Amino acid sequence: MSPKTLYDKIWDAHVAHESDDGTCLLYIDRHLVHEVTSAQAFEGLRMTGRTVRAPDKTIAVPDHNVPTTPDRVNGIENEQGRIQVAALDSNAKEFGIHYYPMNDIRQGIVHIVGPEQGWTLPGMTVVCGDSHTATHGAFGALAHGIGTSEVEHVLATQTLIQKKSKNMKVEITGKLQPGVTAKDITMAVIGETGTGGGTGYVIEYCGQAIRDLSMEGRMTVCNMAIEGGARAGLIAPDQTTYDYVKGRAHAPKGAQWEAALTWWKTLFTDDDAEFDLVVTLKGEDIQPVVTWGTSPEDVLPITATVPFPEDFTGGKVDAVKRALAYMGLESGTKLTDIKIDTVFIGSCTNGRIEDFRAVAEVVKGKKIKEGMRAMIVPGSGLVRAQAEEEGLADIFIAAGFEWRLAGCSMCLAMNPDQLSEGERCASTSNRNFEGRQGYKGRTHLVSPAMAAAAALTGHLTDIRDLV
Amino acid sequence: MEKFKKLQGIAAPMPLVNIDTDMIIPKIFLKSIERTGFGKNLFDEMRFNRDGTEIPDFVLNKPQYRNAEIIVAGDNFGCGSSREHAPWAIADFGVKCVISTSFADIFFNNCFKNGILPIVLPQEQADLLMADAEKGANARMTVDLEAQEITTSDGEVIKFDVDTFKKHCLLQGLDDIGLTMEKISAIDTFESKNAQERPWV
Repeated sequence: MSPKTLYDKIWDAHVAHESDDGTCLLYIDRHLVHEVTSAQAFEGLRMTGRTVRAPDKTIAVPDHNVPTTPDRVNGIENEQGRIQVAALDSNAKEFGIHYYPMNDIRQGIVHIVGPEQGWTLPGMTVVCGDSHTATHGAFGALAHGIGTSEVEHVLATQTLIQKKSKNMKVEITGKLQPGVTAKDITMAVIGETGTGGGTGYVIEYCGQAIRDLSMEGRMTVCNMAIEGGARAGLIAPDQTTYDYVKGRAHAPKGAQWEAALTWWKTLFTDDDAEFDLVVTLKGEDIQPVVTWGTSPEDVLPITATVPFPEDFTGGKVDAVKRALAYMGLESGTKLTDIKIDTVFIGSCTNGRIEDFRAVAEVVKGKKIKEGMRAMIVPGSGLVRAQAEEEGLADIFIAAGFEWRLAGCSMCLAMNPDQLSEGERCASTSNRNFEGRQGYKGRTHLVSPAMAAAAALTGHLTDIRDLV
Repeated sequence: MEKFKKLQGIAAPMPLVNIDTDMIIPKIFLKSIERTGFGKNLFDEMRFNRDGTEIPDFVLNKPQYRNAEIIVAGDNFGCGSSREHAPWAIADFGVKCVISTSFADIFFNNCFKNGILPIVLPQEQADLLMADAEKGANARMTVDLEAQEITTSDGEVIKFDVDTFKKHCLLQGLDDIGLTMEKISAIDTFESKNAQERPWV
């Protein structure tokens, strides 16, 4: 048998039908659903008299629209947001799918809830009407975002019409330096490849620095595979993966666990397997990074200065001019001199317990800068409960942070958490697009530790100067 | 889905690279539970001031491009979110074809589900079409999906590639789910095999 990559193996295990031209029906093991991209798909089923083929494999949770303040127990004030969540409530009931309603403690961001509840397992195909579905690749699952028409297709047939992508290897060798995190790895890779560099590929992340990451860190890395344009990013499962999965609510138990484990242990890239593209970064070379512009590829080490348009070529020159104007930045400014109004810590990129521990380590016993707006938003109700149990929430509150309920929050500003015009934010989220966090809001993407540092000093800060 | 036939129309130039889905349709408009009506908010933050007045410099606000049916765009068009609201807004505005040197994967797929033809061309040919589009309303391009040809206003012909299956679906206006339902026995077979081999799934 010819050697295969991890992606090849998972793909081959899920092809339900292949046409002569290579178009396949890929069987989907887990379909995650949220309120923003599903209403039209369920409506489509009703209009055509179709039903959900595998309700047991379909899991829904509202996250984008939900407010993160305690008053949400009284319902969502925004009428359209309320209608959208109500539509998910009733669709989940009508079609008999698994559901975590807004005020359930297990509710949270769909990409945090899936792994936390043991829905996401190695070797699975996982889809969701959300580009950050890439997150689940951390388990060695083939996971990617789909549009609403495809959501309807998966609901009706439990398959997706797909052609196979190419294989790309991103290897991070060696060890990370102190102060450098999974977020810095994934942003540094995008800085290297550009936001279109992964288009047409599925990325496998490997190398010692990836192996050394916890599951939380691996999820952060895979989460942003989409920002590099890749269909998906994945990491071969190992003992770290099995330890995380074991005992979770929907993980296999007993004999089934043993059978699953036997298969999972075959999920790695064969020695002689070929990749269409290989990118290698030395772990030791990666520094804490920050974005200065309005594309996730606008990444620089925190020690750098804001670039000049003429540092670039082609269409990027005009894009940089536009980005600098939008961001209100002058070329040549030291990144550490950029003043910050707001700090947002959370999202499916960095809303897990390990992220909050990293923040607590930086802010323990300290106060955030006077006048700073700083909020910490857990990725799920269970993350929130755990952070409270570990005493992290007390540290945050004492330091001056707002401690919120679970949801997507300010990552995409579809709920009350938004930037106002010109407000500048150090954010642990995944996109710095124009308007992403609010109309004319300005986003600098950073790791949780770097966001915490900015909250203390009031400007973008090299975390290595604080520890 | 509406069939994609031969299209002759005005092409609007948008040379900016990395035009993302938040630019195409900002999130505040994602709260609808309908598939239609997004065209009025297409490129909202680039197209309108906060008070709703038009930004005259924006290409689709210029008189010669208000009825554009084709967009010639910079590299990596449609990057970002999976929101199908982006192609819904584009289609609802009346644009049926987008031409670029590359597209983000999910957006690219979403286009075909909504009767929009995304065409990938090498830089040189994309530059030529960009220049053609910049001529304004009198420069009408023709996009012939059957023949896989774009004809510029000067009569220059550019060939393009398109996936055979996707082309077939666009030309016929076929519904994916209907097509897959014809293969339901293959799915049944896979599912029962899977239940035995990987019962934990």
